[in-house]
Amino acid sequence: MILTRENLINLILAAALLAIPLIANAAGQPFYITLATRVAILALAATGLNLALGVGGLVSFGHAAFFGIGGYVAGILASHSFSGEPVLFGLSGTNQMWIIWLVAMALAGVVGLAIGAISLRTSGVYFIMITLAFAQMVYYFAVSWPAYGGEDGLSILVRNQFPGVMTMVPMNFFLICYVILLVGIALFAVIRASRFGAALQAARQNEVRVATVGIQPYRIRLTGFVLSAMITGLAGALFADLNRFVSPSMLSWHMSGELIVLIILGGTGRLFGPLAGAALYVAFEYALGGITERWQFFLGLILLLVVLFARGGLVGLLAGKAKHG
Amino acid sequence: MVEPILQISNLVKNFGALRATDGVTLDLRPGEIHALIGPNGAGKSTLIHQICGTLRQDSGSIRFAGQDVGGLSVAERARLGLGRTFQVSSIAPEFSALRNVMLAAQAKEGSSFRFFKPVMRDQGLIDKAMAMLERVGLTERARIPAAELSHGERRQLEIAMALALQSKAFLLDEPMAGMGPEGSKALTRFLDTLRQEAPILLVEHDMDAVFALADRISVLVYGRVIATGTVDEIRRDPTVRSAYLGDHG
Amino acid sequence: MTIALALEQLLNGIQLGVMLFLMAAGLTLIFGVMGLINLAHGSLYMVGAFACAAVAAWTGSFWIGLVASLVAAAAAGAIVELAVIRRLYDRDHLDQVLATFALILMFSEGTRWLFGSFPLYLDIPPLLQGAVALPGGTEYPVYRLAIIAAGALVAFGLYMLISRTRLGMRIRAGESDREMIGALGVDIRTLYTVVFALGAALAGFAGAMVGAIQSVQVGMGEPVLILAFVVIVIGGIGSIKGALLGALLVGVTDTMGRFLLPKLMVLFVPPAQAGAIGGAVASMLIYIVMAIILAVKPRGLFPPAHA
Repeated sequence: MILTRENLINLILAAALLAIPLIANAAGQPFYITLATRVAILALAATGLNLALGVGGLVSFGHAAFFGIGGYVAGILASHSFSGEPVLFGLSGTNQMWIIWLVAMALAGVVGLAIGAISLRTSGVYFIMITLAFAQMVYYFAVSWPAYGGEDGLSILVRNQFPGVMTMVPMNFFLICYVILLVGIALFAVIRASRFGAALQAARQNEVRVATVGIQPYRIRLTGFVLSAMITGLAGALFADLNRFVSPSMLSWHMSGELIVLIILGGTGRLFGPLAGAALYVAFEYALGGITERWQFFLGLILLLVVLFARGGLVGLLAGKAKHG
Repeated sequence: MVEPILQISNLVKNFGALRATDGVTLDLRPGEIHALIGPNGAGKSTLIHQICGTLRQDSGSIRFAGQDVGGLSVAERARLGLGRTFQVSSIAPEFSALRNVMLAAQAKEGSSFRFFKPVMRDQGLIDKAMAMLERVGLTERARIPAAELSHGERRQLEIAMALALQSKAFLLDEPMAGMGPEGSKALTRFLDTLRQEAPILLVEHDMDAVFALADRISVLVYGRVIATGTVDEIRRDPTVRSAYLGDHG
Repeated sequence: MTIALALEQLLNGIQLGVMLFLMAAGLTLIFGVMGLINLAHGSLYMVGAFACAAVAAWTGSFWIGLVASLVAAAAAGAIVELAVIRRLYDRDHLDQVLATFALILMFSEGTRWLFGSFPLYLDIPPLLQGAVALPGGTEYPVYRLAIIAAGALVAFGLYMLISRTRLGMRIRAGESDREMIGALGVDIRTLYTVVFALGAALAGFAGAMVGAIQSVQVGMGEPVLILAFVVIVIGGIGSIKGALLGALLVGVTDTMGRFLLPKLMVLFVPPAQAGAIGGAVASMLIYIVMAIILAVKPRGLFPPAHA
């Protein structure tokens, strides 16, 4: 791997994300471990979106749907495992994380296929609004379905299990999330560099040209959208386990907006953009939140300034323009 | 007679009350350069759009490479071998010239759903693309982002992409547009050799290029083909002279 | 289920539709003329409601409050346009979405800062209190009928504005070819500010009127904004006609759906669950309708003529 400026920054970001909880652990400050875990999970969710938005140019304002679906899968399977009742068609619940992750990704993928199949027939503003509307649909469905908490959300009484690991220990759970994040980022990099990634990027740049060489832009985009949904869904399952709570707000359009914000803050399309963005966002939330209850006002202001004046995000600011080869 | 590679029969396209394509019949034979000329507003672009698939015809048929392609999408027709260049060059601006052609090469192989091998380490694909760039004379500019290429270089890039597709026919939409005299001459020479690769349907305004290259010319006026013939026949045809060529013939 | 009850719900649906129209008309105008997607529209709705409630409480008059809401919303719109929106016309939709999303955060927190977290109350003016008898026996609030009337008047006024005045002409020209009208010497910048302020005023007016029947609180504009988006997607972005049709469709479908579906569900599921399932489906109904319409007409019922 060539040590470009961007790669160096990426390494520093990855190292910092690991270092902070290690230091916090040694200092007996588990709160910061939780904070770092939150950063890792949000970074994963945003990495998923980055595949659709940063690489594919698909401005999905409904990715919260996948995030929430992942969360609810974790919550529902865990609660059924606890109560012993079967979930569907005689299948029982589970509290094994890796099974939950697979189910979360599968379900997010299926819903992503359904939403994407319809939404990708539109483009531009229509696409933005229709993805927003579909996510709202999922939100209202979850809130109205009484069996799983409705508006109040769903608790996960005991954090789910992972073979060989005591997941209740904050540091352990952080490490699980950290490793998954790195795998997610690696997957993103591999997909982006592949033939599929080339087609997806080309479809963003010039969809007519892609069709003219014989590639159907719709199929490429739909595939990208589904992959993106699956990654974000996985993050949702982890988020539910982190908080031991599934909140319907995971499905809200504010969440969708937040995911986009994470990407913009860090740098759209950049490999470590989502991580940089998530770190900045959580830092703002924490630091500004400590100073004033009105921190969201300043978050809005900072976001506005970034959009107007610092379009490449943090990674763009530090590493300069992206090279495309 | 050899079957034409492209056969358009009685094509009709209306935009409300406007009959943009009024029963056009024309064909493209192997080995030929067939030029399509006509005054502005004659409906040349509309016709090209229907052949390529960006517009759906109202009636009539389009047969390409032995198949009825009237219902196929742009991408499907491209995969059958219809290579096209645009009046305003359509390229992937952020990608280098090389990556643009690699995209076409990858499309030809039908392998866009490979997720794991990095495309920039795929020597086979890179070599194929470089070979095409060499044919059009863009080797030196291979790694330059396409957005930074000059107007003429973008033309060459589009042709390189069409070559990479091993097109069975080329549809060139005003390739000479915006080219200076040097560029036009070079491109004319190039197109002359290109005809051996695959026949060309050439939409053009530049009469020098048309008369130098065309085996046959069709003249489109108000959506109808008013004459088809060799260069001499068209030059001498009185209807064509009055409708279009004026004193240029 | 009686006819009277159904009629009452239908009127509610029309009232919702009319409110949605006010929001959607502004949104679709702004998009049609300036090509800008504006998420902060819900905030302008909220500004109108708060201005009305605050001024009404201060002066004791709803009507002065209503005027204040128009002024405040239009002013807020103009300021936002001059300070922020101007810079976004040339940007892509993603940047517009983010910037206006940022504005939502600022407006919401800013309002909370000024007014606190508790809702404000706005009373229905004495003139419009009370109810009228409907055919079938029930009574229907005068105020809601007034909202429907006000909305219809605004729709008519907008129609007159767009088709009969010079401003309307410029708006229509701007919708078909943005660059051209600049070249023709129309002062684009002022036109855009005026259009934005007009849209904002419509939103503020809607917010003020609704404020008397629902509470005036931070975030009140957001559910309405989303519905307004559904309306303009269904109606066709840039089309006021589409906004009206879409708004009535959405308003009536949503209201009647919530009313009828739980009852219909009894035919399929045990009564204990019919309410919940019916309610769940009812809340998704609008989006299902939208998806069906978009599947058939991907650019809405009245798409813009040009690309």
